[in-house]
Amino acid sequence: MNLRAPAATNPGAEDDGGRKRAPTPRPHVLPARLFPLFVAFLIATAVCSALVALSIGAVNIPLGNVWRVVLRHLTGRPAGQNRVQDRIIWNFRAPRVVMALLVGSGLSVVGTALQALVRNPLADSYILGVNQGAALGAVLVIVLGSGALGGLSVSAAAFLGAIVALIMVFLLGQRSGRSNPTRLILAGVAIGHLFSSATSYLEIHANTSALAGVVFWLLGSFSGAKWSQLGVPAVVMLASTTWLMLQRRGLNALLMGDESAAALGVNLNRFRVELLIVCALLSGTMVSIAGSIGFVGILVPHVARLLVGADHRRVLPVAALMGASYLVWVDLAARMLEKPAELPIGIFTALLGAPFFLWLMKRRDRRGPVV
Amino acid sequence: MRVRLEGVEVRIDGVTIVDGVDFVAEPGRMIGLVGPNGSGKSTMLRTIYRALRPVAGAVHLDDDDVWKLSARQSAQRSAVVAQEAPADFDLTVTEVVTMGRTPHKRLLERDSQEDALIVADALARVEMVELGDRLFATLSGGEKQRTLVARALAQRSRVLILDEATNHLDIHAQLGLMELVRGLGVTVIAALHDLNLAASYCDAVCVLDRGRVVAAGPVDDVLTPARLAEVFGVNAHCGTHPLTGRPLLTFSPLPNNERDRGSRGATKEVSA
Repeated sequence: MNLRAPAATNPGAEDDGGRKRAPTPRPHVLPARLFPLFVAFLIATAVCSALVALSIGAVNIPLGNVWRVVLRHLTGRPAGQNRVQDRIIWNFRAPRVVMALLVGSGLSVVGTALQALVRNPLADSYILGVNQGAALGAVLVIVLGSGALGGLSVSAAAFLGAIVALIMVFLLGQRSGRSNPTRLILAGVAIGHLFSSATSYLEIHANTSALAGVVFWLLGSFSGAKWSQLGVPAVVMLASTTWLMLQRRGLNALLMGDESAAALGVNLNRFRVELLIVCALLSGTMVSIAGSIGFVGILVPHVARLLVGADHRRVLPVAALMGASYLVWVDLAARMLEKPAELPIGIFTALLGAPFFLWLMKRRDRRGPVV
Repeated sequence: MRVRLEGVEVRIDGVTIVDGVDFVAEPGRMIGLVGPNGSGKSTMLRTIYRALRPVAGAVHLDDDDVWKLSARQSAQRSAVVAQEAPADFDLTVTEVVTMGRTPHKRLLERDSQEDALIVADALARVEMVELGDRLFATLSGGEKQRTLVARALAQRSRVLILDEATNHLDIHAQLGLMELVRGLGVTVIAALHDLNLAASYCDAVCVLDRGRVVAAGPVDDVLTPARLAEVFGVNAHCGTHPLTGRPLLTFSPLPNNERDRGSRGATKEVSA
């Protein structure tokens, strides 16, 4: 294409004097060139957080021993002398920590993707009814017994509920064959409320022991995590995050609006359907193993955006890594604060996260640009 | 690249917005699309960049049906500056302009040095280099519009569609934008509200009224007082610009009795 130099007659030069702005404020907290270093730092943080979480518990185990045990299992060598420590670390604490890592990154990635999908920074799996759908499925089985849904386990029922909710939201959220962000949100909110009223009704009719299970499930918990539970979620998490990373340009284009996305070569309707499927799969899987954990999906993507900007090439990996570390610490708080009793995770996600989030928001306001 | 619409018809929620439009933009020409609010200009343009699928008719870029190309192929050929203002996610100006490279990138491909140069060039053309690191959401309306123009330039397409792209711009920026796109040597289709802008810069004008093309051709033939009275319901005087020699239109309201005979009334009589 023949691109001509800007017209020499352009009278812009004189005008610009009057238009000059204050010096450009730095858009993100983190300069772009430090990004690789920052990712390395986040990986190191996740590893260290996991090691610390493995060492702390009813019995405290020195970090050195934790490291040796983990290394031994990862390299497939036979267990050392201290069988008890080995069992505590590898059979009880490690699955729990890995679950926290997986669920933390999964929920953060889903939040990031859903916010782009509905072009609304307040979106997460709650706003699209996914969590409420999962909750209804799980509570049905907890309260009425597994016979209620044809012998499904609590996890399977939760997964089913999440998918059913998302399919309903998707079908109701379109108009003349085109889905539109506002309609998706409205449909999601309505379906979410519908499902939670059904859940509340069940709760009222639950007996005391079932009610305890319901409360724990509704606020999320990693207690009782087993290695055998983690294979499928790990695969789902890695596969969907990889897919979303590959679609980063499409996700960016979605932020700019439907017309822009179409003009940039995104096949809108197909991309929305694909995104919804991936998000349903990922959030359904996470909610089904850990219960309904709120706020992570909003908090983490936002902090990530404040730090590195909205480009999905950077937000997705940063959100995944920060979410992983974050839930490890939240889980540690949940099991240590009133030990030996355990508290549900959901109590702490906001308790720890909201003040930090507000602080970061304030700090950034002072730097200049609005959020 | 030639843009050709044949019998394009668009219905939204059962209402016909564009009703059998035939339209041709020859390669390298700049065509102004004018018409009253709601005449179907934006809707017609959307069928060209694949944002809206017509229920009948076809849109061709050169010899290819747009709706038979992939979304990506179509975006390599046509770029758009649309009206909408996006939500405030924290994207910088440079990131927004870099999006223009989207249709040229494969899944695993990274942004190259060449992309960076194209983006820098696009920013320079709209005089936005100094604002490259600013957050898009913090820009003024005019700066946002210039950023979106730069994004379209970074797409390096052979068709450029402007959907009332001059709306938020001050007069200097309006003229700058029109000069800029005229100089690109690509086919430009610009929906414009300012008839004088159309008259000064476009090779031809197409007038749309209630979803139909009522006239198309050179400015002098199309933007006549009679037609402007009929379509826009205004009294127009066609003069000549003292400096550029281009047609210059001035307007006044139609007297009340004549306004009744304007377009809306006239068709009612016909259809009755």
